[in-house]
Amino acid sequence: MLNNVNLIISINVRRFLVMCVLLFNAQPVFAKVYLSADTFVEQVVQLTNEPIHFKSNTLWLNQAIQSEIKTILDHPYAKLRLRYKISQSQQSPTTIWFLDEIGKERPISFAVAVKNQQIIQIKVLEFRESRGYEIHIPAFSQQFDNIGVDENGKLNKNIDGITGATMSVNAMKKISRVALLLHEIVVKK
Amino acid sequence: MKTKAIALAVAGILSTPNLYAAEPSNQELLDILKKQQSQIEALQEQLKKTDEKVKESDQKIESSVTAIEENLGTSSTKMPSIGGYGELHYNNIEDSESIDFHRFVLFFGHEFTDSIRFFSELELEHSLAGDGKPGEVELEQAYIEMDLSDTSKLKAGLFLVPVGILNETHEPPTFYGVERNPVEKNIIPATWWEAGAGFNTQLNDGLSLDLAIHSGLSVPTDGSKSFLIRSGRQKVASADADSLAYTARIKYTAVPGLELAASYQVQSDVTQGAFGADANLITAHAAYNSGHFGLRALYASWSIDGLEAEAVGRDTQEGFYVEPSYRINESFGLFARYNAWDNNAGDSDETEKRQTNIGLNYWPHEDVVFKLDVENRTGAQDGSGFNLGVGYQF
Repeated sequence: MLNNVNLIISINVRRFLVMCVLLFNAQPVFAKVYLSADTFVEQVVQLTNEPIHFKSNTLWLNQAIQSEIKTILDHPYAKLRLRYKISQSQQSPTTIWFLDEIGKERPISFAVAVKNQQIIQIKVLEFRESRGYEIHIPAFSQQFDNIGVDENGKLNKNIDGITGATMSVNAMKKISRVALLLHEIVVKK
Repeated sequence: MKTKAIALAVAGILSTPNLYAAEPSNQELLDILKKQQSQIEALQEQLKKTDEKVKESDQKIESSVTAIEENLGTSSTKMPSIGGYGELHYNNIEDSESIDFHRFVLFFGHEFTDSIRFFSELELEHSLAGDGKPGEVELEQAYIEMDLSDTSKLKAGLFLVPVGILNETHEPPTFYGVERNPVEKNIIPATWWEAGAGFNTQLNDGLSLDLAIHSGLSVPTDGSKSFLIRSGRQKVASADADSLAYTARIKYTAVPGLELAASYQVQSDVTQGAFGADANLITAHAAYNSGHFGLRALYASWSIDGLEAEAVGRDTQEGFYVEPSYRINESFGLFARYNAWDNNAGDSDETEKRQTNIGLNYWPHEDVVFKLDVENRTGAQDGSGFNLGVGYQF
């Protein structure tokens, strides 16, 4: 009887070890990619419910723009230029921005669509932090819909946070403000 | 008169035989055309070369910009990362005054690949460590984390046990009150780290599961601190690993502002072989923020088997707290917290301790906080006073 128990334990231990070896031999390179940039653009087209044709533009981040970005992020944006999309509409163009910001340690990739100084949609494209993935959940990101900035440049609506993910939430709030700022700059051009 | 004069002049010129003689022949015209053609071709060639140079310059600029951008901020993620937090406390309870740089913490992390990373937390408590000094240097986290899929990850090393609200997230700007709440401190007991392996998976958006197998507690078996949970932390310092522990946590965060979580832990022997006292910990908490209002509530309970724990009334140790708060604006927030806990809940004596804190947090920056709270202790402890603190994270 005791021998049988030992045998069963021995087999289970071997199975466990084999599983561990397989697990650690795997070569996982899994980025948490929630959405592609192209899909985001398609979503914005559907969302605005009008035949929008976007063209790609480049905005060079000169000293004046970096200075304004710094007041929001507490640091300059780590790029020399930004590629963005802008709709052909002359009256009130829609712009789409692809921006990264670090939450606690790793950059989070966002896509933001802006029209009439309000956010149409913000989505997390890629999330690399250990905590705070919940910011990609629509119930959270939809809080930013139709949000703008007040006279102090702060978001004009309250965003309910996520316990234990303050820095990821803050990153999303800051990127929203940066997108609204950049939209204003290119629309006024 | 003027028109007539011009007409006569034109007629005179056209009738001049010398002018006809200067007119180029067909051959001369052909030569002129050929010459012009070769000039056009030379210009076209020059234009082509200029275009190529422009393209080449564009490519060089593109390469330079890309190279520069790759070395800027967010792109340089392969560099080791550094962070940290700290807090200075002034406590004045029943005329007992003390000032203490309670925690000075540095984080070091490194990304080996996109899916394998290292994280660590090194802490100096109470400013000064060494023989006869009040503080300690502690390694609170040091683990390797590996993504297994886009929803699952594994970690191995020394990590914070997935229990309670503050145990894993305790940077000063993230919570109200100068001192951490006494329930999580004395019952859970936060901050609590062990060595082992942990698995985390997202079952669904906003629903996650943690499983961990790790080193266990080793409580004193005699004296005034016998079977006191907080005194059982071995801190992975040449720790006794005779009896391991197993922790499971389920967490729900699908609704903005809401976190619901429950943990269950089995300790195979909290005396590490002395008495064979297995133990279970159950914790559950809710944290909710909506608009200006916030609410945190937590319950934790230990159940320890064995006559030895029962004899000192520590076979049951439990506590709870409730903390409503109101965020006035981005800079100011008010809170009140009622705590009740009992590390001798297994006996019939009135040993429950109660504590109420009411206070204010001021954030001049989202990562910097100044705190003030008044404290009133009742039940099996007395005293009242106030606490002041300043904290930061980066």
